[in-house]
Amino acid sequence: MNINFTLFAQALVFTAFIWFTVRFVWPPLLRAIGARQKQIADGLAAGERGKKSLEVSSKQAEQTIQEARERAAEIIVQAEKRDAQMIEEAKAAAKAEGDREKAAAKADIQQEASRAREQLREQVAALAVAGAEKILRREVDAKAHAELLDGIKKQL
Amino acid sequence: MAAGKELNPTEYIGHHLTHDARPFLGDGGFWTIHVDSVAVGILLGFVGIGLIWWVVRGATSGVPGKRQAFVELLVGFVDDQARGIFRHGDRNKFIAPAALTVFVWVLLMNSMDFLPVDIVALGTHHISAHGFRIVPTADVNTTFALALSVWFLMLYFSVAAKGWGGWMHELFCAPFGGKLFPLNLLFNAIEYLSKPLSHSLRLYGNMYAGEIIFLLLWMWAATGLVGTIFGSLLGLGWAIFHILIVALQAYVFMMLTIVYLSMAHEHH
Repeated sequence: MNINFTLFAQALVFTAFIWFTVRFVWPPLLRAIGARQKQIADGLAAGERGKKSLEVSSKQAEQTIQEARERAAEIIVQAEKRDAQMIEEAKAAAKAEGDREKAAAKADIQQEASRAREQLREQVAALAVAGAEKILRREVDAKAHAELLDGIKKQL
Repeated sequence: MAAGKELNPTEYIGHHLTHDARPFLGDGGFWTIHVDSVAVGILLGFVGIGLIWWVVRGATSGVPGKRQAFVELLVGFVDDQARGIFRHGDRNKFIAPAALTVFVWVLLMNSMDFLPVDIVALGTHHISAHGFRIVPTADVNTTFALALSVWFLMLYFSVAAKGWGGWMHELFCAPFGGKLFPLNLLFNAIEYLSKPLSHSLRLYGNMYAGEIIFLLLWMWAATGLVGTIFGSLLGLGWAIFHILIVALQAYVFMMLTIVYLSMAHEHH
């Protein structure tokens, strides 16, 4: 254990190595590590952002689907309503048509009946006139009694 | 063995504990330099720091390769320790990289203990026939060099953080107040003295003791078949246990470096 000049030599070497490490070894590695840390932090942040945007868009999609569903339900309700309405309308139209046709038929029948009655009346009148003619031919001048016969005809 | 002749146990251990000491100026004395400690230290520093530097130069901020991940793990480990203790400014400016240097370098120097001394000696004999110790941290000069460097850094940061006056004030007035200034000065002197001593001798003692135990076991292994078997088994056991000591001492040395430099920044 003798102290000698080795002490200074080793101290010098030590100093040189420390200087080298401080100057050339430590800073570049620190820079690389720092840059990587930043990269990782950025990546994590980007992931977080992506997750958030996914959340937002999935919420949006859900909302859109919900709206579409509501709209579809609305359309179905409307269609059903329209359906019922159309049936109702058709029914009403059919009924009106029927009524109209019935009324027309009734009118025809009445017309026919009144015409028949008219004809009957005329025929009866003619018949009566013919009968009266036959009766009166012998005693009465037809012309003289025509006025009378008309009056009877009108009363019928 | 070194000279190719039989050595008795004392000579064997003594031989392995002999530094490759060469005079740096004049005929030695204090101006002797342990070429082995310095050379192995420089080599390991280049290997350790150089390897990290090589990986860092190609470092990417993207997905790291295995090599880069390992370096990042190491740096992260050291940085965690520095962050936990040093709260007086930007640790990236000096403390953390210095701690990394200390940890890597001391760990590698301690790890030289695992290499089988007698096999390595076959190669190192060509450098020095007298002895060549490959564990720089088992040389008190190395550990003192590190501890004293940290000590000077400690003084520098003390003055830099508190100013000359602040440091003087602290030297005389902390921790017992201005009236007891001789006591404070004594107290601080002891603290300043004990820090580098405990810092360096702890590492030195552990590594030196580990080396000696290895030498004793290898000596036993040279005494015949039974000795070889038990010596090897115990050598394996000690090596495995020594992994813990090697890593722990490197860690402790680094932690103390951070703690001392952090304390230098503290105002009292």
